[in-house]
This record gives sequence, C-alpha cells and structure tokens, in this order.
Amino acid sequence: VSATDAAARKAGLRAGMAAAKAQALFQGLMMVDADLLADAAALERIALWALGIYSPIVAVDGTDGLVMDTEGADHLQGGEEPMLTGVANRFRSTGLSARVAIADTWGAAHACARAITRETVIVPRGEILRAVEKLPLSLLRLPPKIVDDLHVLGFQSIGELANTPRAPLALRFGPELGRRIDQMFGRKPEPIEPVRGPDWIEVTRQFAEPIAAAETINKYVARLVVDLVGELQRRGLGVRRTDLIVEKLDGTRQAIRAGTAKPARDVAWLTKLFKDRTEKIEPGFGIERLSLVAVMSEALGEEQKSSSLVEEQDDDITPLIDILGNRGNRVYRVAPVASDVPERSVQRIAPATAPTAETWTHEWKRPVRLLHKPDVVEVMALMPDHPPAWFSWRGKRRRVKCADGPERVFGEWWVRTSEVDAVRDYFVVEDDAGERFWLYRSGDGVDADTGSHKWYIHGIFA
Amino acid sequence: MSAARELALSDLRERIAALEGGVAKRKGCLPFGVHDIDAILPGGGLAYGALHECAGGGSGTIDGAAAALFAAGIAARTKGKVVWCLTRPDLFMPGLAQAGLHPNRVIFSESDREEDVLASMEEALGYGGLGAVIGEIVRLPMVSSRRLQLAAEKTGTIGIAVRRWRRQTEANDFGQPTASTTRWRVSVLPSDPLPVPGVGRARWLLELMRSRAGECAEFEVGACDDTGRLDIPTRPVNRQDTSGRSRHSA
Repeated sequence: VSATDAAARKAGLRAGMAAAKAQALFQGLMMVDADLLADAAALERIALWALGIYSPIVAVDGTDGLVMDTEGADHLQGGEEPMLTGVANRFRSTGLSARVAIADTWGAAHACARAITRETVIVPRGEILRAVEKLPLSLLRLPPKIVDDLHVLGFQSIGELANTPRAPLALRFGPELGRRIDQMFGRKPEPIEPVRGPDWIEVTRQFAEPIAAAETINKYVARLVVDLVGELQRRGLGVRRTDLIVEKLDGTRQAIRAGTAKPARDVAWLTKLFKDRTEKIEPGFGIERLSLVAVMSEALGEEQKSSSLVEEQDDDITPLIDILGNRGNRVYRVAPVASDVPERSVQRIAPATAPTAETWTHEWKRPVRLLHKPDVVEVMALMPDHPPAWFSWRGKRRRVKCADGPERVFGEWWVRTSEVDAVRDYFVVEDDAGERFWLYRSGDGVDADTGSHKWYIHGIFA
Repeated sequence: MSAARELALSDLRERIAALEGGVAKRKGCLPFGVHDIDAILPGGGLAYGALHECAGGGSGTIDGAAAALFAAGIAARTKGKVVWCLTRPDLFMPGLAQAGLHPNRVIFSESDREEDVLASMEEALGYGGLGAVIGEIVRLPMVSSRRLQLAAEKTGTIGIAVRRWRRQTEANDFGQPTASTTRWRVSVLPSDPLPVPGVGRARWLLELMRSRAGECAEFEVGACDDTGRLDIPTRPVNRQDTSGRSRHSA
C-alpha cells in the first residue's frame, strides 16, 4: 500500500502495509495500482502551474511535494498568510488536500509540511529549532536505512539528533546525516533547481568576472530588459509577470518577481520595476549569471495613441500602479456595490480595471471616516424613533444639539440568514462643539427580534 | 532713474527664477472660487506643483475627517487621476463621492509603514499627469517635505499631506517647520441652523496657518458641496441658540 484515503485510514490502513494485510483488515477493499510515472507527471504539471502564479523558483520535492522559494514574490499574493491559505484553498477546490508550510529553509518547510495536522503553518524567521525539534527523524530526508539505525540507537526526534556531538554520528552514518541537519537549520545552502516552462521567453547574460556592485547590476538588468522587450516585440506579446533570476558564485539563486497590472512591453516601465528592488539582491561572493524570464505573457498589439488635438485623455497611470504595487503597497480602487448596509456598499477592485459608470446615489449624507468595527456607545434616547439626547464615546460625554434621522437599513437575508429581521436605524448627530457623528441603533426600537437595541457609532462626518 | 531700477529689478527676478527652477513647469493655481480666500493666496489660488498641508483641529487631529474632505474637495476640482496614500484604510468612499470625487478617479495605495507612504507620494508626485496626490501621514520631517515639494515642482502636480496623529497631544508637531507651500487647519463648527429639526450644511473654521510669500488668514466657510466647492455665506452667521435644550426634544 503506497497511499490511503481518509476512509481507508479510518479502517486502520496505513501506507507501507502489505496489500494482503490490508485486504485482511477490511473486506471488499478497493485497490488501485499505483502509477508512479503518472504521479510524477502530474506533480510536474502542478509545479509548472505554481511557477506561473506563486513563485519564480519551484521544484518537485521528493515524490509527493513541491518546494517554492517565495522570497520577493509573496507580496503579489498579499503576503505570506494569504498566499498559504490561497494555495490550500486552490487545492481543495480541485478535490485535492494539501499541506502547506513556509519556513526559512527547504528542510524545515519539508518537515513541517509533512508533520502538521492543520492545512497551513508559518514558521517565523529564526524559529526553525523550536518548530522542528519535536518532529520525528523520518522527516529529515535521510535514506530509510539510516533512519532505522538511528531508531535502534534510541533517537526519536530531530532535536535530540541535532544536540548530539556530530563526529561519532558522522563516523558511523557518513556525512549525509550532518549535511541534512545543516541544511535544515540553514547552515549549509541548498539551492533549488527550478523547473522551467517550455514556452517562456528568457534572456540571459553570463559574466566572465562575477559582478556585485549595484550600479553594475542595474546596468546589466537594463540591457536584459532591452533584449527581452525586443524579443517580445517580435512575437507581439506583453509581459504580466517577469522574473529576474540571479545566480551567484556559490550556487545559490535569488529571484525577484515583478508583476504588471496589464501586459507591458515598455523598456522604461520594466526597468523601473526592477531597479526599484536591486537593493534586495544580495550579491554575496558575486553574481555570475543574470537571466530575465517572461513567465506570464499576453498578446499585446500595437495601438494608436489619440492625438492631443482630437480629444483630451487621461494619462495612462498603469506604470505608476505597478511601481507602487511591486513595492509591497496594496493598490486598489473602490467601487460601489448595490447594498444598503454601509460596510458592504464598497468593494476594493484592481486599480487597472475599466472605469465603472455607477456611483453611490445616496440622498443622505455619508461620513468621511467609517469605523472598521462599530463602537458601542452609551446613550439616552427616546424610543422608538428619536435620536439620542446625549451619548458618550471613548470616555467623553457629548450632548446632541441637532440630529437627522432615522435612516432605516434592513438586513440582507440573502447574504446571511441571521439578518432576516435585522434592522439598523442610522442618525446623523451633531454635538455642542459642532462635531458630527453617525450613530445607529440596532433594532427598530419596538420589536426585540430586530436587534439588541444597543447604540453604536459607525462613522465620523467632516 | 526709476525705469532703470525697474529694469534691473526685473532682470534680477528673472535670474533668481531661473536659478530656483531650471525646468519649465506647468505653473498656475487652482482657485477656490471663493473671493475672500483667493484674494489672500498668492497667485489667486492653491498653487499647482507644490505641497500643501492640512490637518484637523480638536479631535479632528485624530480622525482627520474634515481635513480629508477638504483635501478631497480640492482633488475633486482638479483634472486627472488622484492617488491617495494611506496606512489606515478607514476612508468611506461614498462620503468622498458626495464631495464630487468620483470613485473612478481615486487610486488608493495602502502601506504598512509611514515611510512607505512618503515614498509612494514622492513616486506619484514625480510621475506627472495626475490631478492630485494625497497622503495621510503622522510625521512630516523637513527633509521629507522638501523631497515631496521638489517632486511636485518637477511635474506640476498638487500634493496634499493630510496630517493625522494618533493622540491629540502629538498634534503640536504641526507647528514644526516644513517645506510645504501652504498649511491649513480645518476645524468643524456647528452646522448652519435650520428652521426645522435636523443638521444643516456643515461649517468649518478654515485657518491658513502658513502661506509662502503670503499672509495668514482665517475663514468661516461652508463645507464642500457636491462639486468640492467651499463657500462663505454672505449673511452673518447666526450663533447657535444657547437655550441648552436639544432641538429634538422641543
């Protein structure tokens, strides 16, 4: 038995059992022959898919995993945590279950991904030791023979092994054991040999003498961009994602990924995206090879710029959006949503999407600042439909001088069933000093089913 | 004698102007459309290609609501896209849209750190072709403000720094010198009294605290209308009645 599903595990089956024993455990067991070649091919396909989406450096890890170097690429997915949950969710949506872990080194991530019971885990920087010390030895990527022998000697966890003097172990088991431990703790480099897509456009420059200075790197990156753009021009493509892969003298690689909001084929635009981040490159002993790869490209035809005589047009600011976005800022536009509930009436959309015609059509004034979470305020108010006479918020009591309202907002039962009866009554209130606030009462003031009849502050007017 | 002096003076002025900014700029001003304010500002309006600062007064130093709407009103009257850099995403776009700023025109850039906001602002100001660049920042040191001002001068984009602090006591930072061309403080005032119960048009106390080559002034204005314009009412403002009773309880 080489793999089991959840139902089989419940029946007591484990990977590594003999088929006869498994059949004895459970009658009528359905067995499918393992097709190792097809598995490997599928893994390769998943690797190529991940390459286009998540990270420039992806490789197949063993027979059942993928390893990615996401440094310098996670911002395109909104950070490490959204990226991990995104990976797990994508696999779940296709009916596969995946375990995803992120750690400082390949070894640690490999061990954590196979040990966790949750779907995702993030090992914080410098916390490898704490994360892996309790994990079993089998996760150290050693040959099974060595693992068995270590078990015989009484070693159970990685932490125990790491704290044992190295020389006697090396004498008995060879250098492999020490190498794996060092790789796990990041004391020895472990370059990832990435898979490469077949139809990618790649331009490369080898250096006879390794380069290290920032100016030199910038100069060659600029030349590579010119080459890449020439190639793209020939094929009529524009890039959406571009990777700069830096190969260093000591065999390690670093990759920088830049994404653009729409297909780009502009030398200045692309150069700027990479030049912004050359400081992130650590040349180490020197760089011997730079390559620039267009990972995702789309057709980009020539288009005519409208003459300034004919019409006045807004300048295209997509390059600016890309510069801001690739620096790790979240760049977005806000668009209306047809909803009466204030916090649902706005949504973030990608900044380069086509302009939307509609806008909010409110007869009522809307505040400038909307509190992320409405704050409970203490009030004295006449029920059912009078504004408060006073309210106190953040320890300050304010007398209400004038008010507008109520503006009744009904819950959206089609969004959440618990909102069938929910009602909010919004009031614009102004205190003695002229400060204006947006308060609401949850509930219509009569029927207890419609809300708790507590008062909240939801926004601040100018 | 006097003609020769005039000639020498204008010659000197030209040479100084050439020293100050080598590049050709899109000069000009964005008038407020309110005579009293435009008359005070040098050039008759808010200068293009310059950094302007505004902050709230009182508890507005923390929420920055009036200052943000003031900035939105200015941005609404410019042409082109608007980049709004911030760290705390609590702006409510429907509120800004009511000041005439269409959601299509505003691109938000949300950063985790203050310094990134300054960097984004500088990048956007230097990009050119934008209507206005607005940044919500806590600290604005001299060096940063100088950089922003220079970037704005290069392209002729209006830069607006909305100062917003974590605590009200930190707001005395607003007295520190910066390179910005004008500095405003927007405090809320009781709204226009209505003959019926309700909240009338919002009113602000607009203080021009600093203006390069200009004078300081104070105005009592009606807040931005649906095209982002302020106005100064012609009739004398009725102070609120001091009966001490809520209008609603009457």
